[in-house]
Parts: sequence; structure tokens; C-alpha cells
Amino acid sequence: MSTIVIPNSSASLQHDHHAHGEHKETFLTKYVFSQDHKMIAKQFLITGIFLGVTAMILSILFRIQLAYPDKQFPLLEVLLGKFAPEGRLDPNFYLSLVTIHGTIMIFFVLTAGLSGTFSNLLIPLQLGARDMASPFMNMLSFWMFFTASVIMLSTFFIETGPAGAGWTVYPPLSALPKSMPGSGLGMTMWLISMIFFIASSLMGGINYISTVLNMRTKGMSMWKMPLTIWAFFLTAIVGLLSFPVLVAAVVLLIFDRSFGTSFYLSDIYIAGQALPNEGGSPILWEHMFWFLGHPEVYIVLMPALGITSEVIATNSRKPIFGYHAMVYSLIGITVLSFVVWGHHMFVTGMNPFLGGVFMITTLIIAVPSAVKTFNYLATLWRGNLRFTPAMLFAVGLVSFLISGGLTGIFLGNAALDINLHDTYFVVAHFHLVMGSATIFGMISGIYHWFPKMFGRLMNSKLGYLHFWLTFISAYLVFFPMHFMGLDGVPRRYYAFTEFASMKEWLSVNVFITWAAIIGAIAQVAFLFNFFYSIFFGKKSSQNPWNANTLEWTTPVERLHGNWPGEIPTVYRWPYDYSKPGHDVDFIPQTVPLSETMSSNLPHDFEGNEEAERIQENWNIKHKTADKGEEVK
Amino acid sequence: MNIKKYLNLKSLLALLAVTVLTFQQGMAQAQDAVETVSKNDGLGKMVSYYLLLFLLACVFIGVIGKVLQVYELTRRFQGKSEGISWDKVNGFLFGFFLIVGLYGVYWSYTVQGNQILPDAASEHGVKIDNMFNITLIVTTIAFIATHILLFAFAYKYKRTKESKALYYPHNNTLEKYWTVIPAIVFTTLVVMGFFTWKGITNISPEQEKNALQIDVTAHQFAWEVRYSGKDNVSGKKNYKLIGSLGGLNNLGVDLSDKRNYDDLKVSEIVLPVNKSVRFTLTSIDVLHSFYMPHFRVQMNCVPGMSTYFQFTPTITTAEMQKKTGEADFKYELYCAKICGASHYNMKFPVRVVTQSEYDDWVKEQKPYITEQMKEKYQLAMKENITSDKNKIVSNN
Repeated sequence: MSTIVIPNSSASLQHDHHAHGEHKETFLTKYVFSQDHKMIAKQFLITGIFLGVTAMILSILFRIQLAYPDKQFPLLEVLLGKFAPEGRLDPNFYLSLVTIHGTIMIFFVLTAGLSGTFSNLLIPLQLGARDMASPFMNMLSFWMFFTASVIMLSTFFIETGPAGAGWTVYPPLSALPKSMPGSGLGMTMWLISMIFFIASSLMGGINYISTVLNMRTKGMSMWKMPLTIWAFFLTAIVGLLSFPVLVAAVVLLIFDRSFGTSFYLSDIYIAGQALPNEGGSPILWEHMFWFLGHPEVYIVLMPALGITSEVIATNSRKPIFGYHAMVYSLIGITVLSFVVWGHHMFVTGMNPFLGGVFMITTLIIAVPSAVKTFNYLATLWRGNLRFTPAMLFAVGLVSFLISGGLTGIFLGNAALDINLHDTYFVVAHFHLVMGSATIFGMISGIYHWFPKMFGRLMNSKLGYLHFWLTFISAYLVFFPMHFMGLDGVPRRYYAFTEFASMKEWLSVNVFITWAAIIGAIAQVAFLFNFFYSIFFGKKSSQNPWNANTLEWTTPVERLHGNWPGEIPTVYRWPYDYSKPGHDVDFIPQTVPLSETMSSNLPHDFEGNEEAERIQENWNIKHKTADKGEEVK
Repeated sequence: MNIKKYLNLKSLLALLAVTVLTFQQGMAQAQDAVETVSKNDGLGKMVSYYLLLFLLACVFIGVIGKVLQVYELTRRFQGKSEGISWDKVNGFLFGFFLIVGLYGVYWSYTVQGNQILPDAASEHGVKIDNMFNITLIVTTIAFIATHILLFAFAYKYKRTKESKALYYPHNNTLEKYWTVIPAIVFTTLVVMGFFTWKGITNISPEQEKNALQIDVTAHQFAWEVRYSGKDNVSGKKNYKLIGSLGGLNNLGVDLSDKRNYDDLKVSEIVLPVNKSVRFTLTSIDVLHSFYMPHFRVQMNCVPGMSTYFQFTPTITTAEMQKKTGEADFKYELYCAKICGASHYNMKFPVRVVTQSEYDDWVKEQKPYITEQMKEKYQLAMKENITSDKNKIVSNN
């Protein structure tokens, strides 16, 4: 309500340019060092897709090792050289693959790739702003991220290989170069890359928060914001509060590695030598890492939930069920996400009393997540479901959210975690709830807002093929892993050949690997569709999905500054779909209540008595008072 | 912007030079690669065969796509409804997926569910298993019910021309139900879990003392196990003494501590059935995790501190062999925390036996401190009787 719209300098400049007709932009300022939020979003997206494909290929490599631990693949030696002597992966390189797969997926794809793309694209567009609060910082954010990615990937080209201590890089393994080759130069570069990455995240986060708080258009009160924006906003807050702790942890680890301090090290004897470090504790790292690490899970998931809310509402042609409950559960998740980190540490030697406390907070956070799930189901109920590829992926997300979320109830229980900790059960759990669910949210967003980014539509039939192959293969990959975990198979094992009890899972591993390969090949359908459609896709109309939100009031041509004329004013919430009494099944946020007299409900006036009186008079005149009963 | 200023010819040339240099180095390495390739003759053929196969599949999909397109176009030209209703197709697929998926879940639960760990072989493990079963029942019901709703809605409410969605923005009563009911269920589970957890971790000092004390030190990539001997107390260790006594002292036991002399070195963990055992765990290099899934036991081994796990095994290895029908069944100790290259192969045998079998076994075990170590220690003591004495004996 109390929104002040200050057109920033670049936006007003934009106007001048338009007045002159031609816009003077070089290739560099338009495509490389761009400050336009839409271009930055695309930069994040394409970098994210590239990294996502890379991390996926890494996972296929180690899946091949798990399926065929005794077989030689000469091709691997040709491609990887010393990392795969005699055509079999080196155990250290296997751990590096696992580590970098996790790091890239969690941080680079699902954090930066997802938030970076959609927060940048949608916050100004859905709030009615010409650009981000500080476009220059926004550009820096991308280039920091890009630098971090380059550093991370370049570790594949150093002799000792990339970091190999797992994506959580627990010291002392990560602190002692003598403990594994992956803790040498690769680890140093991992830490440096993370510092760049966090800097990027923080710059992005500050931008998102200040834009949401300060740059909403006239009429866009917080309670009229689409759920996507709520999700991005709260995600940015979580990131802003938790990432600095990881920086601190990383800096201390750099000190331990390079300057002889003992923050994480104590009583260590390695490679025939007792180290002088005393008094540190690896548990400290675990606390600091998971203080980010757990909120990170929600940093990853919440934007996906926001995207899904929007996609499901639009394609069900139905308002999202329980908008307020959805927002409150997001807020609940935001707050609680900071007090649950200890559930990653039940069996690390942390005081068992703390284990009990963290178990309680953990299961509390399950409540808002459950509420969100039920609200999605209620939104689908009696909808008019239009299965665009985006909608399919959104439904897929809900499915993964349920199946991955439920296994969290096992792992959040300290007593059960004793036997499940660090087994494949955990792998199955987070790959469903965080990995698959979030990736599905992201892909859903890509299909849905592709027309907004490129002015063209993606091929929907290829989208269907992409969805069904990916959806089925994701379940085939991760569902059996639960049972491996219940058989006590620990994660990050290079081969299942050494323990007699694990051999029965070798055939399952072959099955999982082939499911994963099919899932990976299915992504080719997406990649082809994506890049082909950028250039040759069907031209999109202005509002291809008949959606209510503001971004669909901008022209298809995508101007720097977003709207050619004045920024539109917002009069209603974003979910007036299929409102009874209205002739079409959507009413954009820019349509004033005075133009929809036939469909207004008492609630719409938010206690404005004057407006209510006018509506009453209108109702009496048109005798449509019976409409109210239909809805209750 | 200012950045443009830096993008002049000079810097571009520098960039070019760097690229060329890297390329040259790359070429040198490519020489090695060529050798590897020539070693693997016929690989190219294989790769191109698979690539061709993949392209064929792509062409096939492309052809199907075109056929569908043509079909839809002709339908439109004929003035009929718009070809295939993809909403309908996807709705049906969701319904189909529900049925096949439900069967798949049933298959997984029954077939793969039979491959999981046998019943817990420890007192607290039985409680964990009960807790697990209750959680499994609750979550399975929720899993099946919500998925039936999700996919049934997807099937039933797929778009048709006539249908219209119901404007139904909120219902506070419903919201309350599905906030409170999960909250109650979770609270019940938490309370039960809390007491189970407390029962496992809260052990009275008396129980601690009465348990059989075993001291485990993890290192890359093996376990060192010491039994505490007659006094049932493990002697002191000091990591700075590791490798002393001419390399014989691989755990850094402190020979000035008399309690060390009765401690036993074992190559297998043998436990008497139905007797409480307390493991004191530590590591001398990186993190490891002491994981014995059959007993539902896991605790990390952390350098610089001791962690503990106390439990009572209830089923002997022989009984378990009968129970599972596997004649070669063995309990095992795994490492469950990533610790380096041989993480996947860091095992230690475990056997549970009757009390009498245990008594016989323990008699045969040799003390950790061998005669040779004692001799070296005494020699060192004599040599350093004055000044260096402190260094070896009571450093710290």
C-alpha cells in the first residue's frame, strides 16, 4: 500500500533512448556485462543448465562404477586419463566425482541457477519494477557466480583432481592434504570457489530483498504479491542470514589448511607423523556447516515451491488454496530452518540431549511442509487442469515432495537416525525431496516463463516426453535406494564388492544405473527443445497461459525497463481464476474492481465501506445477490 | 560502463597469447592421449555405433512428432476438434502411473523389503525397530493416500471444453484440520522417538562401569580394538606416543599407566551374548563412523575426543545363521563416514557368542603391550633416566 515507485536512473535513461528510437547497446553491454535483470536471469539460467548437465554426467560416471565395479571401460581411460587407469575409476576420483556432483548440484544449479534465474526474472516483472534495486550489483553477482563456477570446474584439470571429501567437506579429511589427493590443491580451489559463490549469493540476496521491499508498484501490497515472490523473498532472507556463517567456516578451514591454526584439528597422527594441532574440533565445522547447510535445503526448495504454486494455480484455472496459509507456512519454514541443523549430527558425538532438542524442532518444521502439500492437493481438486509441460513438472514436484518429505520423518527421529545415518536411505531421501523436487520446480519454471525470457514457446510434445521419462526414471533410481539404506549400505562406497552382505544389491545397482542413463538421455529432449526454441520456437502471444500476474502485461519484445509506458497499477490479488460471474476464467491483477462488478465478492474490498456500498447498489440493480451463496 | 575501458586491443592480445600457450600445452598432452587411444583400437567404432543408435532414436522420435503434427493439422483443416487432446492424454497417463506405481511400491516393499537387515540383534535395536515399524505404517498410509489423491485429481479434473474450475480460495476449517492432525501425529512420533533416544543414550554411571569396556581407535583404513582386560578399564593413550618404541606403539598407549598392561589386542570383536558392552571410540586421523547395522549401532569416531556407544547384543552369530537361513552369516563393522580412498573397504569382523565361548576366547588373547615393547620401554627409561624421562613418559 505504502509503495513508492522510484524509477531508477537506468530506467529513465531507457525512456530517453526510446524517445530517440534506436538503442545504442554493444554486444558486450547487452549480452555479457548486462545490467538488465532479464538478461542476467538468462545468463544464470544458461550457466545453470550447463553446470547441471555437467553434474549429471559426473553422476552417470560414478553410477557406471557402482553398477559394474569389476568391468573395464577403455573409453573412460581415453576420456579421463589417469583418473581412470585401465578403464576403471580410481577410488579417489570416484570420491571427487561424488563431491563435485553434490557441490555443483546443490550450490551452483539449485541455489544460483534457480534463485538467480527466477528471482532475477520475476521479482521486477511480477512486482512492477523497471529493474532490480541495484542492477550493477546484480551484474556483479552473476560474474562472481561465473568465476566460482570456472574455478570449481577447473579443478578437473589439476593433477591431484578435484576436492574429494564429500560436498560437506568435513575436516580433518578436507584439512589434511595427506589424507587424500582430493584434499590438496583441489580442496583449496573448492574453498576459494565457495567464497566467490557466497559473495555472489549475498549480492543477489540483498538485491532481491531490497527490490521486494522498496520497488513494488502502486497497489502491490505484500499481501497481493504472488507466492513466487514470497518464496524468493523469504529464500533471500534465509540465504542472507546463513551464508555468512559458511564463509566464516570456510575461512577458518583455509586457516587450518594453510596457516597452521587448530580450529578443527586435534590429536592427529597421519602419514607417520603426529601433528602439533591440539584443542580444535571437527564438530565445530559440522555445526557451522550445517547452520548454513540445513537452511540451504530450504534455500533450494522454497523457490521451487513458489514456482509450483504459481504454475499449479494458473494451470488449474483456480486460485491457490489457502494463500495466507501458504505464506505463513513459508514464513514458518524460514524461521524454523535456523533451528534444525543439529539433526544432521545425531551420531557425530554431539551431546545426546541436544539430539533430543533438534529432533523436536525438526518434526515441527514438517508441519508447514505438510500444510503446503495439502494446499496443493486442494488447489488441484475440482480444477480445470491444463497439462502444459510446466504443469506436469509441478505435479511431479508435489509427488516428490510427498515421497521425499515422508522419509524425512524417519531421519529426523534421532533414534531411527542411528541406523540410517550416512546410508543410502539418506541419499534416497534428499535426492527426492531436495534434488528431484527442486529440479522439477526449476524445469517447470523454465517451461512456464520461457515465453517471457525468449518471446517464443517451447515444443509441448517434447516437453511431455521429457516429463514422463524423467519422472519415471527419477522414481526408478531413487526408490530402491531406500531399501539399500535399510539394509545398512553406507553411502559414498566406491564398490559394493568387499562386503558379502552388500553383494545382493549389485543387480539393483545395475538397474538404477540404467534408469539413471535413461533419465539423462531424456534431458537431451529438453536441451534440444530449449536451445532450438530460443531461435526457432513458435512465437508467443503476450499472455500465452492466460495468467493474472504482472509479467504478462509486458510486451513480448522484452524492453530494458520492462513496460514501454507507465508501470501498471495493481488492484487485486494474483489468483482470481475462474471467478464466478466473470466472463473469462482469469482476471489480471491490473483490472480494477470497478470493471468486474459482476464478479466482485465482499472480501475483495478489504473493508472499504464506500466501495462495498457501491457494489451493493450495483448488485441490487443487477439482482445477482444469489451469487454469494455459490461460493460461501 | 567502465568495464569497457579495459577491453582494449592490448588486453585482448594478452588473452589470445594465453589461449595459444594453453593450447600448445594441451597438444603436448594430446600426444599421450593418442597413445591411449591407439591402445584401445576399435573404441571409436563402438562409440560411433552408439552415437548412431542414439541419432536413430532421435530421428524416430522426430518422425513421430511430425506424424502427430500432420494428423493434428489435417483434423483442423477438416474443421474437426483440435486433433489430440493432450490434456486428456496426460490425465490418463497420470491415472495409469498411479496404478502401475502402486503395484511398483507393493513389489518394492515385498521383494526389496525382504532384502533389508534382519531383526535387530540388540536390546535397544528392538525398540528402534518398533519405532521404525510404527513410523513406516504411518508414513506409508500418508504416502499412498496423498498419491491416490494427487494422481486421481490429475486424472479426474483434466481439462475439457465444458468444465470450469471451482473458485475455492480458502477454507479455514480444512486448514485447521490439516495443520492439527499432522501436528498431533508428528508430536506422537517425536515423543516416542525422544524416549527411545533417551533410553539409548542416557546410561547411568553404574551401568557404564558394569559393562564390558572396549576401546576402538579408527584410522585410515582399519580399526584397532583393545579389550580392557581384567581391571575392565582401558589404559591411557596419547597420540604423540604413536610410533614410539621403535614403531611398535601404533596406538600411542602410555606405558607409565599401569592399567594398560592387562589390555588385550584383538583381531576380531567377540561379544558375550546378553551382556552390556560399552565402546569408547576415537580416531587418530580423519572422521570415521563406527557402524554395526545389525545391532542398530552407529557413532562417529572423532580425532581429539572420545565418543561412546553402549548396548547389549541379544542374538549370537550361530543363532542368527539359523534365523536368517544363511550359513555364512556374519556380523560386521563398517565405516560409514567418508574417510578416503578405501572407505568402502574398512571392515572388522564381529562375532557374538555364548558366555562360556567368550571366556575361552578371551583367555587366548594376547596383551596389547608385548614383551618386546616392555623391553624397549625399560631400555628407554634407563637411558633417559634423568632429563629425557618426561618426554617419553608423561608428555602432557
